[in-house]
Amino acid sequence: MDEIDRKIINTLQTGFPLSEEPYAEVADQLGVSEKDLLNRLSGLLENKVLTRFGPMYDAQKLGGAFSLVAVRVPEGDFHRIAEIVNSYPEVAHNYQRDHDFNMWYVLATETPEKINEVNYDIEQRTGLKVFNMPKLDEYYIGLQLPV
Amino acid sequence: MKVTLRLPELPAQAILDEQDQSLITLIQTGLPLSATPYADLGKQLGMDEYEVIERLKRLTSENIIKRFGVVVRHHELGYHANAMTVWNIPDEIVSELGSCMGQFEFVTLCYRRPRRLPEWPYNLFTMIHGQDRDDVLANIRLLIERCGLDAIEHDVLFSTRRFKQRGAIYHKTNTIHAAS
Repeated sequence: MDEIDRKIINTLQTGFPLSEEPYAEVADQLGVSEKDLLNRLSGLLENKVLTRFGPMYDAQKLGGAFSLVAVRVPEGDFHRIAEIVNSYPEVAHNYQRDHDFNMWYVLATETPEKINEVNYDIEQRTGLKVFNMPKLDEYYIGLQLPV
Repeated sequence: MKVTLRLPELPAQAILDEQDQSLITLIQTGLPLSATPYADLGKQLGMDEYEVIERLKRLTSENIIKRFGVVVRHHELGYHANAMTVWNIPDEIVSELGSCMGQFEFVTLCYRRPRRLPEWPYNLFTMIHGQDRDDVLANIRLLIERCGLDAIEHDVLFSTRRFKQRGAIYHKTNTIHAAS
């Protein structure tokens, strides 16, 4: 990755024109040719530096429901509990963290009711209390890191 | 200290017609890498370029599309560490402090969530990135200094393992990517 790649990433993290030839517009702004921009962009996607280039949706407006859920898993039991939790297709990801609250999973469901159903089910199967913490307010979501 | 209880509002679901739905589904994995991406999308959907652009403008202005952009893999870009950093902030100043923290480029998420008392007192969650753990901790110190958080109780949760990651389900057969 060179300086131009970095510039491309930093520029494209902030948005993209809705015009007939948006890549040409961005290329102009960056001082590269449109062809170069398109080649570099597909290279960055192929090399997995970027996971994708496209829209970030507000999933709740599309009818989905999300929540972050924490569990305090007793030491030594983590693997067994993780297998149960990860078996649900509604669990989008699951992180182990260095803390008394050591398991954090994200639920993504089609309806808000389903969040509670899955959590209830996980509580029943694991015998552990789950702490459901849905988002109430968002002060920023940018995912823009300078590279 | 007076604490006002606020119930979470249910998110308003957007009204989308069938063309909106097909457009949303078609671009969820990415925009075409071609000179005229919107015209190309139109060809696939049976719309003209103008209609595609107008629909995308509306989806953006209604915040259904938060933004267009690249989704970077932090790890590949040298951000090898991140910590979920949680704060216990009096309700009346949480939005003010949250907005302050959200300005920093190493903060990629800044959400208010419910406390779960007595076990869990924290109501603001920030994801803080850095090149390594020390760098993350230095960024947290900077945040405390710049946003005046000295008196605010906080805790830092570094992740040690990630088990699974996928997009969120949208319309049963498709996946969309979204933050929780």
